[in-house]
Amino acid sequence: MYKTAAMGDKYSVAGFASLGITVFPVTQASDAVKTLHSLAQSDYAVIFITEQLAGQMQSEIAAYDSKPLPAIIPIPGVRGNTGIGMANVSKFVEKAVGSDIIS
Amino acid sequence: MAVLNVNPTRMELTNLKRKLVTARRGHRLLKDKRDELMRRFLDLVRENKALRKEVEAGIKQANVAMSVAGSVMSSKALEVALMLPTQEMSIDITEKNVMSVLIPEFSVHFKTANENDIYSYGFAQTCGELDDAVKALSAVMPKMIKLAEIEKSCRLMADEIEKTRRRVNALEHVMIPQYEDTIRYITMKLDENERSTITRLMKVKDMIAGAAIEKAKSGY
Repeated sequence: MYKTAAMGDKYSVAGFASLGITVFPVTQASDAVKTLHSLAQSDYAVIFITEQLAGQMQSEIAAYDSKPLPAIIPIPGVRGNTGIGMANVSKFVEKAVGSDIIS
Repeated sequence: MAVLNVNPTRMELTNLKRKLVTARRGHRLLKDKRDELMRRFLDLVRENKALRKEVEAGIKQANVAMSVAGSVMSSKALEVALMLPTQEMSIDITEKNVMSVLIPEFSVHFKTANENDIYSYGFAQTCGELDDAVKALSAVMPKMIKLAEIEKSCRLMADEIEKTRRRVNALEHVMIPQYEDTIRYITMKLDENERSTITRLMKVKDMIAGAAIEKAKSGY
């Protein structure tokens, strides 16, 4: 049995609590990195993270790219969409194909 | 022309020929693997893009409602309302093997059977926008889990495709030409040796015959 987590500023993640997702309100990237590592080591399979936060810690997130778990998924926060999620999709098309053919 | 550093012997030649056959078969197999992975990957990525768009739109809608709720209610009251969730979500994972890439499949379970059991607060002291926000989030939730599954799969497959492509290229452009060149080099070297042996024998034969003729002449 695995669990789901949401990380980000308080207003962006508050709503997820009512759906049974464990929320971790963090705003500082340094705290977020620690939280992410501890979550990845315990049994969280999916970690939703706001795009603002994800943008500040891309190298840490990239460390989990090649592992089957956890799946770290950037989502837009209350302050809007930075486009990191979509850019990520383009990035792995580029990695696999050589150029972004689906845009 | 890249020739491996080997002794030009018959034994090396047979070894290399065997290796070349293996390399060619490996190349063909890996090429098939790459093509099939690529086909599946492209389908998955298209789905991923579409799903991400839907999810982002859904969350945006929820966030709008949440911002309104945050401004109507005090942040304390909002926190209290969402502090003790009634619902608990857990995920079961099964692994699927797609061309030797293990991709996860998530299936979601809720603690309470009723899916509408998402409001962890009484309606008396909260505003309607909070209900909207929670409802919008719960509507987009299954898609978010699906997105997590697909996005992770895409990422893992992209890694595998890159690896396979490199292997195919290494075999096609480095290993196989190297083996072919070395085999040609050894064959030519062996042929040359054979020719030089033949000429040497012919020369020796001539010399022996010449000596015999001399001897016969002087005998008279």
